[in-house]
Amino acid sequence: MSLTRQDVEKIAHLARLSITDQEMPVYVSSLSSIVDFVDELSRTDTAGVVPMAHPLDGQHQRLREDAVSESDHHEKYQRNAPAVTAGLYVVPRVIE
Amino acid sequence: MHNLFIGELAERLKNRQISSVELTRHFLSRIERFSPALNAFITLTAEQALIDAAAADARLGKGERGPLLGIPLIHKDIFCTDGVKTSCGSRMLDNFVAPYDATVVARLKAAGTVMLGKSNMDEFAMGSSNETSYYGPVKNPWDISKVPGGSSGGSAAATAARLAPLATGTDTGGSIRQPAALTGVTGLKPTYGRVSRYGMIAFASSLDQAGVFARSAADAAAALQVIAGFDPRDSTSVDVPVPDYSAPLSRPLKGLKIGLLREFFDGLEPRNAALIEDALNIFTGLGAETREVSLPHLPLSVPTYYVVAPAECSSNLSRFDGVRFGYRCENPKDLLDLYKRSRGEGFGAEVKRRIMTGTYVLSAGYFDAYYLKAQKARRLITDDFRSAFETVDLLIGPTTPTPAFDIGAKMNDPVLMYLNDIYTIGANLAGLPGVSVPCGFVDSLPMGLQLIGPHFAEAKLLNAAHQYQQATDWHRHAPRGYE
Repeated sequence: MSLTRQDVEKIAHLARLSITDQEMPVYVSSLSSIVDFVDELSRTDTAGVVPMAHPLDGQHQRLREDAVSESDHHEKYQRNAPAVTAGLYVVPRVIE
Repeated sequence: MHNLFIGELAERLKNRQISSVELTRHFLSRIERFSPALNAFITLTAEQALIDAAAADARLGKGERGPLLGIPLIHKDIFCTDGVKTSCGSRMLDNFVAPYDATVVARLKAAGTVMLGKSNMDEFAMGSSNETSYYGPVKNPWDISKVPGGSSGGSAAATAARLAPLATGTDTGGSIRQPAALTGVTGLKPTYGRVSRYGMIAFASSLDQAGVFARSAADAAAALQVIAGFDPRDSTSVDVPVPDYSAPLSRPLKGLKIGLLREFFDGLEPRNAALIEDALNIFTGLGAETREVSLPHLPLSVPTYYVVAPAECSSNLSRFDGVRFGYRCENPKDLLDLYKRSRGEGFGAEVKRRIMTGTYVLSAGYFDAYYLKAQKARRLITDDFRSAFETVDLLIGPTTPTPAFDIGAKMNDPVLMYLNDIYTIGANLAGLPGVSVPCGFVDSLPMGLQLIGPHFAEAKLLNAAHQYQQATDWHRHAPRGYE
């Protein structure tokens, strides 16, 4: 196993995922096998190769006029929210 | 009626031999009859479909014409549809009603297509068998004990079963071409940036691309004509003019240089290899020249993809936090608990596995060794394709290593499942267009032939695929019981 239970618990915390005790051994084993599998890359010589983040060359971030282009749809959008009060999303208390 | 191609249906609509309402009713009744066994749909929109069909008939009545006007279709449930549930195959979005249309949906709607429903898919498009859906697996109409492929399994199965003449899909690592191959239909993945990603729920943003399923290359060309083009709402949409895709279909292939990907043939199952050989003979008979080409870094595609795609997915899916939309857990004790349990309960096993893989390869101490390394390998693979296209016009090979496999066969071994995409992933990493067309059968199950072209070479790809389909009839075979 290239990953331990502690490793996976840490990853799950960073990813903000609750993982049950039953699920945990399955993830330790499957994530380990994925990490072993992608480790094949470490045997490739990539000296001097520029990392590629985007499939098309010459793409650049487009700019547009700083003008209002969208109207306010917050009521429609908030119909999908689990809890809304006065146009604000409601979450458990953060500051005592 | 359901065996007609889009071009033939459009002709009958134009001549008023049939109405869009009749056509829509016909396909809705087929869906009612066949879909329960196939589980191809997440949502049906029958009522709205009949309204839209009547509107298309009214447009036809006023003399308006269009290649897709009045044609019924299915959208993969990854595309936002205004006022219609858009689940992405996930419990996370089981309660989500999209507040706007994806650009692909809007363009097809404006062209007068009639949406019959939203198709089942692997959860968040993460899967190669359509078994990761919260709504259960889709069955392959050629054999319901087999998977239809994924992630666009519902769209593929529905097209193969003649439940619609056209369906949309998305392809991040093969999610259009692989299910098209396993269900015996034509699947087109355009060049990255050719079709807008706006309103298409993101999985891996540098790889995701929208495309279509149809039963012929000519039908796929008609659909691409409508969905292709620049969209200011997608920051990676490319502002390159859209050529005519239909007129060049009939061009002869004389002098076309087709490269056989040596890496795809190494270790290929003999019966699969024989089908590709047969296809090559067809192409040579049509005047094309074939030569072997090698892409030495192509074998790195799968490991490269399974670093890059999970990394991007872990970032994209951070938006599902139980706060603004989607699933929220019961009685969270604090904000952290709300995030963790909403995500832990709302996402399925494969999605969580990919988010965690991505989180790991991006985390401090591992970023250089995995993510940066994979981005470098991605460059090597892309450069290989670029060199190949200096000597050939198109590349050819199988779409998948095997025909459709049994439901459940690979669910416990993610790496084995990932290797299904071994022939399709390269095109995504390099942003290239690809098409899969039916090319024969192995064990009575359909197999696909894949053509890959340089950036924006869709017209050439579709031309080659169409000429192949003029010379063969593999694309006309229907699964038994669905003729």
